[in-house]
Amino acid sequence: MDKVKVVVGLGSCGIAAGAGKVYQRLLEINEAEGGLFELGKTSCIGMCYKEPLVEVTDGTGTYLYGEINDKRAEEIIEKHVKNNQVVTELVEYSDKIGGKEQDFVDNQVKIVLRNCGKMDPESIDEYEKRDGYKSIKKILENNISEDDVIKTVLDSGIRGRGGGGFPTGMKWKFARGYKSDEKYVICNADEGDPGAFMDRSVLEGDPHSVIEGMIIAAYAINATGGVIYCRAEYPLAVKRLNLALEQARKRNYLGKNILGKEGFNFDLYVKEGAGAFVCGEETALIASVEGKRGMPNKRPPFPAEAGLWGKPTNINNVETYANIAWIILHGAADYAKYGTEKSKGTKVFALAGKIRNSGLVEVPMGITINDIIFKLGGGIKEGKKFKAVQMGGPSGGCIPAELGDTIVDYDSVNATGAIMGSGGMVVMDETTCMVDVARFFLNFTQKESCGKCTFCRIGTKRMLEILERITEGKGEEGDIEKLQELAAQIKDSSLCGLGQTAPNPVLTTIKYFRHEYEAHIKDRKCPAKSCKQLITYMINEKCIGCTVCARVCPTKAISGERKQPHLIDQDRCIKCGACYDACKFSSIDKL
Amino acid sequence: MKITINGRTIEAKEGQTILQAALANGMYIPHLCYHDKVGAAGKCRACVVEVEGMRGLQTSCSVQLRDGMVITTDSETVRNAQKLVIDLMLSSGTHDCLACEQNGNCELQDAAYFLGIERPSVQYGEINREFDTSSEFIYVERNKCISCGRCVAACNNTVVNQVLDFGHRGHHTEIVFDTDIPMGDSTCVQCGECSQMCPVGAIVDKNAIGKGRIWEFKKVETVCPYCGVGCKLELHIDERTNKIVKVKGVEDSPTNNGMLCVKGRYGFDFVAHPERLTTPLIKENGQFREASWEEAIELVASKFKALKDEFGPDSFMGLASAKVTNEENYTFQKLMRTAIRTNNVDHCARL
Repeated sequence: MDKVKVVVGLGSCGIAAGAGKVYQRLLEINEAEGGLFELGKTSCIGMCYKEPLVEVTDGTGTYLYGEINDKRAEEIIEKHVKNNQVVTELVEYSDKIGGKEQDFVDNQVKIVLRNCGKMDPESIDEYEKRDGYKSIKKILENNISEDDVIKTVLDSGIRGRGGGGFPTGMKWKFARGYKSDEKYVICNADEGDPGAFMDRSVLEGDPHSVIEGMIIAAYAINATGGVIYCRAEYPLAVKRLNLALEQARKRNYLGKNILGKEGFNFDLYVKEGAGAFVCGEETALIASVEGKRGMPNKRPPFPAEAGLWGKPTNINNVETYANIAWIILHGAADYAKYGTEKSKGTKVFALAGKIRNSGLVEVPMGITINDIIFKLGGGIKEGKKFKAVQMGGPSGGCIPAELGDTIVDYDSVNATGAIMGSGGMVVMDETTCMVDVARFFLNFTQKESCGKCTFCRIGTKRMLEILERITEGKGEEGDIEKLQELAAQIKDSSLCGLGQTAPNPVLTTIKYFRHEYEAHIKDRKCPAKSCKQLITYMINEKCIGCTVCARVCPTKAISGERKQPHLIDQDRCIKCGACYDACKFSSIDKL
Repeated sequence: MKITINGRTIEAKEGQTILQAALANGMYIPHLCYHDKVGAAGKCRACVVEVEGMRGLQTSCSVQLRDGMVITTDSETVRNAQKLVIDLMLSSGTHDCLACEQNGNCELQDAAYFLGIERPSVQYGEINREFDTSSEFIYVERNKCISCGRCVAACNNTVVNQVLDFGHRGHHTEIVFDTDIPMGDSTCVQCGECSQMCPVGAIVDKNAIGKGRIWEFKKVETVCPYCGVGCKLELHIDERTNKIVKVKGVEDSPTNNGMLCVKGRYGFDFVAHPERLTTPLIKENGQFREASWEEAIELVASKFKALKDEFGPDSFMGLASAKVTNEENYTFQKLMRTAIRTNNVDHCARL
């Protein structure tokens, strides 16, 4: 019988949760036991909320164990590996016996994440074993023409996964249409939305799939060179990409006369970003690659005509490229089976915020928001009420719980005022103040504005000032209208996508949660009890005088005799909430 | 081709933008980041207009004309957008015209006047950027900067000195020199192109500060006396004192297209300097005395002749300057060859 396989999830999420240590411990055990089992590595499996994860594969099936520490790792080896006793209480999912997270796994369709968590991302052999580089071989061996490749991509119906939703095949067709001695393909891996980590997981977990997608794009548009523009804050992704590029070059997937195809020369390199959010905008990204300040330029000309170094350039997002090899191998029809009429295929979402299962999911387009949040995401943390979900990052908007039945595809999400975006879903519960959410996102875009055009540089600042005032309880009559007016102009007249979408979080929260704005402005109250300056802490009659609150209060605002009801001096209270958290008798009210 | 702006049909040239055609026909559209020399940037958004058949507002500086285009520059939508741009700019700087050097010569002031904006309708944000007085000739006040980027484009693309760029992000975006160091410590050569391009009072010529308003000066066009390039200058002269206060390059001049070097732009104090030589001097018994040109030239010629007679023509050597014109260099070698009769003539540009 084959040795039992024990695989540790070593993506950034796993490492942060302590998977490195677990791996080390397993290595020691295995050495001590004389190579009892086969120890392997993989990347993010998607269940970030259960990290560190260890998967055991024996003769009977696979068993995914969650929340593993040294002790549990030892237990699993002792019981499962040595004695064939599955530690059922720790199993999250198993193809043999199911598990606690059965729903999370069953409701997904994995195309982009087909290899993530299933193989060692640092091994090109494993990628090849899982159909890797078969698509480019299929194209070259069967002499499939560039136009036919583009036709397949067009027919699959895939649209840009970076957020714009422009049909990928059309983009390729445009880039192919321009004649030039040099052309480029660029992968936009400058994932910067707060709460989004889909691209990171793909790059860390399956770098070759992105590279293969880019090679196919290069073939289709006759590109001569390529760049993966990856944010420098993803060191593991950069490392694994560079390793993968090295491996791909050795096997002639990159380089001169690729796989023997005369004249098909293509190579690419990783360019690390310098931390500017706006460099996710394609013209700013190109400027940054060229060594200039990352600032967008007016379009037209579009990159397909004059992009990097003024040459025709095709730019797609990580997730888009990761789909391509699968589409070529399985055919456009298989891909188009998934999704809705105008949005085909699957989409990866990063679930974050107040959701129980924070992590990565890949679902077919057309699934409802409620299904994602409740079936896959396990609902809201601590049993609180679902209030809204922010989709599309700072460019997107907040979709309220009432619209939870909205299906997820480009057009339906757009209709709500949010955007599909790159796939970040930040879930909010009843304790989240929607005015504060708008302020948070606008603060982000304002700080990340490149400062080029007036509306984005100054307009968003003026909006932010108004929002800050409102959350501080200094809102004025007419502020909402002023926000709407500024927002409309900024949307219409900003130079690039960053400015044009920056007001979305404000507009959607006004649209769906106007009463919260009004409560802040008129009643000087924050309904979610989140805006510090609008909360009052009061001690009620349940106080038994235990003095705990007085002791934790950093400003000595609470006074009272032992065993006598206490009192908060409102002038001294800084609303830190320490007393509220410390009180064991629910005798402090947050008003 | 024919286009229509605000109901008026005008003749426009192929390749022109909406803004160029409008300006050429005496129709003003507020614009701040556009300048003929640095081209369209589409940044300030003050020049937005409506074009029939195009969605949303278009920046007129960047849209190429097509035959039959119908453009509106004065609708309510357009005006509201234009007003907001100017409003936002006014709200984010110390645009105090009374004390500003550029009063009367400011494109932001012009735009605000045109749109009827008296003061910003949105409140002032925090404005406390540092003044940069480190440069010898150029004064930078970022509180007045509207980030139009004309100076940056000019420094990088016109004079190609590559000193200026934008730094920082968001509301803190501002122009920086090299790696955000004071202008005086940077690699700036003080050509002053940035001050010539600045539409507001953010970058101004230091030596003209407080010397008077633009409309008080007499403007005289002349050619720079420094070298053979022959840059066209516009002198701003204070007639009360008969002194040059400021020098600007003449835009569209075929030689310099508005550009100047540090000497041409800022080195004019010699003109009225008390130590300037205004007549030839001849030294006799260790003392200089004033002389006429005839006498001075006569003296030099006679000395040359005596030396030539005694030591021969090849005892002379003539060295011409690269900074004088070709014609002057030609005459100089002619003098050496035909009058002195030597071929010992050379030029300082030999490397």
